[in-house]
Amino acid sequence: MTTKIMPLRDAIARFVKDGQTLAMEGFTHLIPFAAGHEVIRQGRKGLTLIRMTPDILYDQMIGMGCASTLVFSWGGNPGVGSIHRFRDAIENAWPARLAIQEHSHADMAGRYQAGASGLPFSVLRGYVGSDLPKQNTNIRTITCPFSGETLAATPAINPDVAIIHAQKADREGNVLIHGIVGVQKEAVLAAKCAIATVEEVVDELDAPMNACVLPHWVLSAVCAVPNGAHPSYAHGYYGRDNAFCKAWDGISKDRETFTAWMKQHVLGTKDHAEFMKSAGITPPRERKVANA
Amino acid sequence: MPEGANVQYAPTEIMTIEAARRLKNGTVCFVGIGMPSAAANLARLTHAPEVVLIYESGTIGAKPDVLPLSIGDGELAEHADTVVSVPEIFRYWLQGGRVDVGFLGAAQVDRFGNINTTVIGGYDKPKVRLPGAGGAPEIASNAKETWIIIKQTARSFVPKLDFLTSVGHLTGGDSRRKSGARGKGPTAVITDLGVLAPDPETRELTMVALHPGITWEQAKAATGWELKRAGTLATTKAPTAEELETLRDLQARTAKAHGTVSTE
Repeated sequence: MTTKIMPLRDAIARFVKDGQTLAMEGFTHLIPFAAGHEVIRQGRKGLTLIRMTPDILYDQMIGMGCASTLVFSWGGNPGVGSIHRFRDAIENAWPARLAIQEHSHADMAGRYQAGASGLPFSVLRGYVGSDLPKQNTNIRTITCPFSGETLAATPAINPDVAIIHAQKADREGNVLIHGIVGVQKEAVLAAKCAIATVEEVVDELDAPMNACVLPHWVLSAVCAVPNGAHPSYAHGYYGRDNAFCKAWDGISKDRETFTAWMKQHVLGTKDHAEFMKSAGITPPRERKVANA
Repeated sequence: MPEGANVQYAPTEIMTIEAARRLKNGTVCFVGIGMPSAAANLARLTHAPEVVLIYESGTIGAKPDVLPLSIGDGELAEHADTVVSVPEIFRYWLQGGRVDVGFLGAAQVDRFGNINTTVIGGYDKPKVRLPGAGGAPEIASNAKETWIIIKQTARSFVPKLDFLTSVGHLTGGDSRRKSGARGKGPTAVITDLGVLAPDPETRELTMVALHPGITWEQAKAATGWELKRAGTLATTKAPTAEELETLRDLQARTAKAHGTVSTE
């Protein structure tokens, strides 16, 4: 049996190319940070980056010049404020002009579903009265052939590559995700090629019957990267590093501090373990409380 | 800090408490992050223990012990009745018509309760690029009604939005109904000065209540359009000691939880 399990460096080198459309998903939970850092390390350029919630990860990738276009529905540092590299790119075209295609969450989720379903477009009850369709020609309307209702229609997303992070894989490369699963299953099934990084590779997944398991045969590569979602979290492994998310605001505020930080800790390290050591990061333990 | 019967409170506290009081036990509420989330959880911890809180990350029946910093904190999933995918939350639960109240924040609101969370200035060359739509456009057009919680200032209460992200009463009158949006739209805007509600005919936001100690002149000055008022302006009830204590405990727990440093 040929194994899909390989080092992250090899997976990015083999499957992610300049100029591709790349979707990296994870809805606050399980954001594939280690994979994004590896894309930066390998110097990918001209990417169309797709993500519902571009936050710190895409801020880093945009600031390091990986992206030419961003497709998204909400861009910010959750609970902290703006993402400064994203804003600098849109407001001042630094480090390069960034084209944007802006949607809503319900729409982005539907577009991935359409992509995963082999349908050309997604239909939703959305954008009523909104100015977004005026700025994005991909948001159009369709008349329901049965009721005559006017509904929003947007094209399916079928990225060249989707990258997600998950809790674990078995030795065949079947991947189990639990907790807030976001839009990862749809992103993987919509993509031409999918990579999953995982906290650990185990002998048995022990997945409950209806769990979200992505079979190895829909994935091109599975890479073991402990702490690969930091500073987001991996339910059952570590908590969200809120202190880092707050600190990012200061690191990213000006171009020089940002670039120096990325050079030292991302470009200057060979992998995620070294990055964590270099940046002095230990992911926080999960907060466990008996609920009131 | 104004003074109630015998307790002192901050303007943001009475805003949160007044919003929380409106949430009834058993109501299904689609909750935005930040101030809506604080108010919704205060309701759950006081008079509405069975309120159903839905967050767009897919958590249904969330019961966080501390307020989430992000819309997808593990805290929300940990005690939820169920956790579903993001496509499912927007399709089956929101567009499926199962949400009673959509509870939103905003950067700008206009006299018809339309919301901007996209840009200040022009879209192509914005003065300030805001986070964008998130779930709000579909929450605003699919929930049975929406509430907006926002600090009332001349900068946030604008005569014309720089960008209409999420629909309220559109251009007033029956324009919302004609647009195809479902639900009643914004039925209340809760601010640090008081409460606004749409006029039954014109659908223009009208000041219907002021918080204790707030004057009509203050409310007018903090509004970028010629604000109208109800014939009789009600006064909201000052926070009770119990409401304040519950809110402050929640916020203290939250600050402690999120202040945890990563090198511990």
